[in-house]
Amino acid sequence: MKFAKTIFAGAIFALQAAAAPAGEAVPPDQVKFEDFAVAESLTGVPGDPQAGAEVFRDRGLGNCLACHANSAMEEELFHGTVGPSLDGVGSRWEPAQLRAIVADAKKVFGEETVMPGFYSLNVGANVAKDRVGQTILTAQQVEDVVAYLATLKE
Amino acid sequence: MRRGAWEGLPVRGKFAAIGAGVLVASALAFSAVQAEPVDETLSIDGVEMTTRAKAQEGLPFDEVLSGWLFREAETRQLEADSFENPGMLYVERGEEIWNTVEGPAGQSCASCHGDAAESMAGIAAHYPKWDADSQRPINIELRIDKCRVEHMGLEPYKFDSDDQKALTTYIKHQSLGEPVNLDLAEGDMQSWWERGKERYYLRTGQLNFACASCHEANSGLYIRADHLSQGQANGFPTYRLKQADMVSLHNRLRGCIRDTRAETPAAFSDELMALEVYLTWRGTGLSVETPAVRQ
Ligand code: HEC
Ligand code: HEC
Repeated sequence: MKFAKTIFAGAIFALQAAAAPAGEAVPPDQVKFEDFAVAESLTGVPGDPQAGAEVFRDRGLGNCLACHANSAMEEELFHGTVGPSLDGVGSRWEPAQLRAIVADAKKVFGEETVMPGFYSLNVGANVAKDRVGQTILTAQQVEDVVAYLATLKE
Repeated sequence: MRRGAWEGLPVRGKFAAIGAGVLVASALAFSAVQAEPVDETLSIDGVEMTTRAKAQEGLPFDEVLSGWLFREAETRQLEADSFENPGMLYVERGEEIWNTVEGPAGQSCASCHGDAAESMAGIAAHYPKWDADSQRPINIELRIDKCRVEHMGLEPYKFDSDDQKALTTYIKHQSLGEPVNLDLAEGDMQSWWERGKERYYLRTGQLNFACASCHEANSGLYIRADHLSQGQANGFPTYRLKQADMVSLHNRLRGCIRDTRAETPAAFSDELMALEVYLTWRGTGLSVETPAVRQ
């Protein structure tokens, strides 16, 4: 992202415009994806890794263990194998990239990925009535999960 | 509220202990384990089941596989032993209904069809079938309703009533071992097949999954505690240990669709009938296993 900032002045402006003032979230359709990353915080509030761990674990929120193994959560039974193990993921990816993956994995891995977009309105057909127009996670929950993922170092 | 494959169900008793050890060991020891379906044969009451069949043209697999091959040893064993298979109680109950006179016409199923072991042998392996009267495909449940309404002066069964499940299970059980094989040349079956195919690959819901996301792209992998099979229809109605009950195909389809966080289509709606036609075709060559046992 450093390159983007020095080379594309216009892009900086766009990124800054999209960065939310503290307490106000960037709406899901205005999240700026550039070079497979989302540079700016979605909320302006630093993510809380402990809250992020809960979102990660909770079956009604991230439910990340449905598809990913995570040795840091060994006490949880049943880690899925649909996605790669997230051990060491904080060493493989920058926070800005992790933010992009969690917010809308399709922007990073392509339309075919089965990983849901947790902060995206690019969803499937016939969405359940009580979920229309809603994202799976809130902007702050995404920030929290990203902060948690950053703690998963090699 | 019942929780489905997505949130995961709490696993109870005997099966919890077995599942837990196996899964944690495999999921944590290696990343992205591809747990192969077992290489075993299934025979029930001396009848050999075809649990692997050459895939129809156009499918991305060489072989289509029965869901039985993806289940834990204890679950597989329950299906293999018809004395222990809890689904056999529904077969017995279905036989009673078959022989019971009901309704103003004073008829039972047996009044018209006699001994089901003869008249119904192999029949259900070729359902859904084209129904010229309603100009749509019908499955066994709808065929039963047609008999009830037209010949017995009764109302159709309420969806998933115990009697509907028992009688359907009984009739399908008369095809145990028979390879699934649909006649797509009848009536308009082909266009329902097309429509079902579209539905199979349609991504739905907030989670944005198609049937293929789980049962084609990721079959063989684990979604939480569930070893994803190819999602074949040949064992239905199946006895499901988690629910301790028979589960009809349309109930299962509604559950899988609801798990994508989509609106759930009604049982026997055009959408689900088209899906049943296509899905059943995908399993061509697999034996009817009703009542199969699943986790
Ligand atoms: C339904 C399955 C599914 C769920 C649920 C899911 N993911 Fe993923 N995830 C995947 C797949 C599959 C990939 C690999 C990319 C691909 O092949 O499409 C992936 C990749 C990733 C990666 C990159 C890993 C690497 O080493 O490259 C991260 C980080 C990640 N997911 C985080 C999460 C988090 C955090 C959650 C929950 C908030 C989550 N995922 C939920 C399926 C899933
Ligand atoms: C989020 C993942 C997911 C999606 C999407 C999904 N299923 Fe499933 N399905 C499961 C799981 C988990 C099971 C239980 C384990 C197994 O048999 O694969 C299952 C079981 C089934 C079974 C029972 C198989 C058997 O042997 O008893 C059928 C049939 C089925 N699914 C069909 C479908 C169809 C058709 C769709 C699309 C409309 C669909 N599924 C979408 C996860 C999913």
